[in-house]
Amino acid sequence: MKPAPFEYVRPRTVEETVAALGEAADAKLLAGGQSLIPLLSMRLAAPATLVDLNGVEELAYVRTDDDGVRIGALARHAQVERDDAAAARQPLLRQALALVAHPTIRNRGTTVGSIAHADPAAELPAVLTVLGGTVTARSASGTRQIGAADFFVGPLECALRPDELVTEIRVPARGPTSGTAIREVSRRHGDYALVGVVAVVDVDGDGGEATAARAGYFSVADTPVVLDLTDTVDPGPAWDRASEHAMAALDPVGDIHASADYRRHLVGVLTRRTLASAHDAAKLSATIGAGGRMAADNSGEAGS
Amino acid sequence: MSETTYAIRLRVNGVAYDLDVPARRLLSDALRHDLGLTGTHVGCEHGVCGACTVLLDGEPARSCLTLAVSVDGQEVTTVEGLTGSDGELGPVQQAFKDCHGLQCGFCTPGFLTTITAGLRDNPDPTRDDAREMVAGNLCRCTGYQNIVAAVLRAAELTRSTSPGDGAL
Repeated sequence: MKPAPFEYVRPRTVEETVAALGEAADAKLLAGGQSLIPLLSMRLAAPATLVDLNGVEELAYVRTDDDGVRIGALARHAQVERDDAAAARQPLLRQALALVAHPTIRNRGTTVGSIAHADPAAELPAVLTVLGGTVTARSASGTRQIGAADFFVGPLECALRPDELVTEIRVPARGPTSGTAIREVSRRHGDYALVGVVAVVDVDGDGGEATAARAGYFSVADTPVVLDLTDTVDPGPAWDRASEHAMAALDPVGDIHASADYRRHLVGVLTRRTLASAHDAAKLSATIGAGGRMAADNSGEAGS
Repeated sequence: MSETTYAIRLRVNGVAYDLDVPARRLLSDALRHDLGLTGTHVGCEHGVCGACTVLLDGEPARSCLTLAVSVDGQEVTTVEGLTGSDGELGPVQQAFKDCHGLQCGFCTPGFLTTITAGLRDNPDPTRDDAREMVAGNLCRCTGYQNIVAAVLRAAELTRSTSPGDGAL
């Protein structure tokens, strides 16, 4: 068999899960397994205990309220992607999920798992960071909230303690005059991005001029990086200043997939395009107003 | 040293099987080694190639990225389950044959299961939809042209057969 042997625990509730994590030394949590099982099969990971979350049905939820979207640890990507209320409240979720691997992987992989896995090339950590979302971590000794900016520590490394379970993430709602977009360049459709950008742009009440802009970058550094580009907003052509600022501010590294120079080039191009798409989406939402939320969802452009 | 095993029940292509498996047994290996259902192929064994795709409660999933113990009680459909009760080819299988959608055939089981579910969700795909439907499956022989044609042909065949006849 490919994975090394491990003790297997299948809790039914959150309480049982955190108790199991607290008792076992060197435990790993299994949710969708789309990243963990390859690591087990290649024996890059060989935990003593595997705590299988797939029986904890109370965590298979996507809930939407005025503040935004709360996603439980067992909600599959496909479930989040299909959820119309979630897409209306925060369109960037559905826009980004469409770029996560392929539908077959999204049927099983979980959104919270992508966050806890903390892959710097993945879409969702950048989404949570650019939106200023939070992670709810629970252990036998209590619950704490961790801001996304503090959660991602390094490549595949997060602020979670070994005895903690991420029960949910909270994704803030889109503001009434803001728009979002995501773009990435990858070698093949469905691959991890060579460089990806998520953006949020706010416009003034008249629905035209951009008043604030933020961009989050993935596959550029060891963790998602967010730049506040509000100071670069000007009436000049097509976000040129933002693009130049991002190229100067970020320091991508080269690897076998792309050189540092090429990544820097992509940062410039994608910054311009993603901000322009988010700006268009913001203008549309501001024009339509709160009543047109459903129509505005599909306006942000995804893909590269 | 004996390893702990777990008693699980899988319903595969409509038949219930009781199995004792170690927790680390992959679903792909449980199907092939424990049940002898070797129609499910394993290619890359880390989720990239799609050859091992089966339907888990009707939805495509990589059996090589799933622990058998984790899907205890669930319904699995493999390529063996796509034929009619009399052994007649299902519509997706027939379309692959008609359109020459395979050469060596190694990747084909994963394509067939993925497309079966894809056509259930989108019975009338465009050529672009068909490409997107199979984007997570690799084929090193055909260049995909005939596979895309087979998706469109399978949609025609599925529309012209009565519901539940052969397909899911």
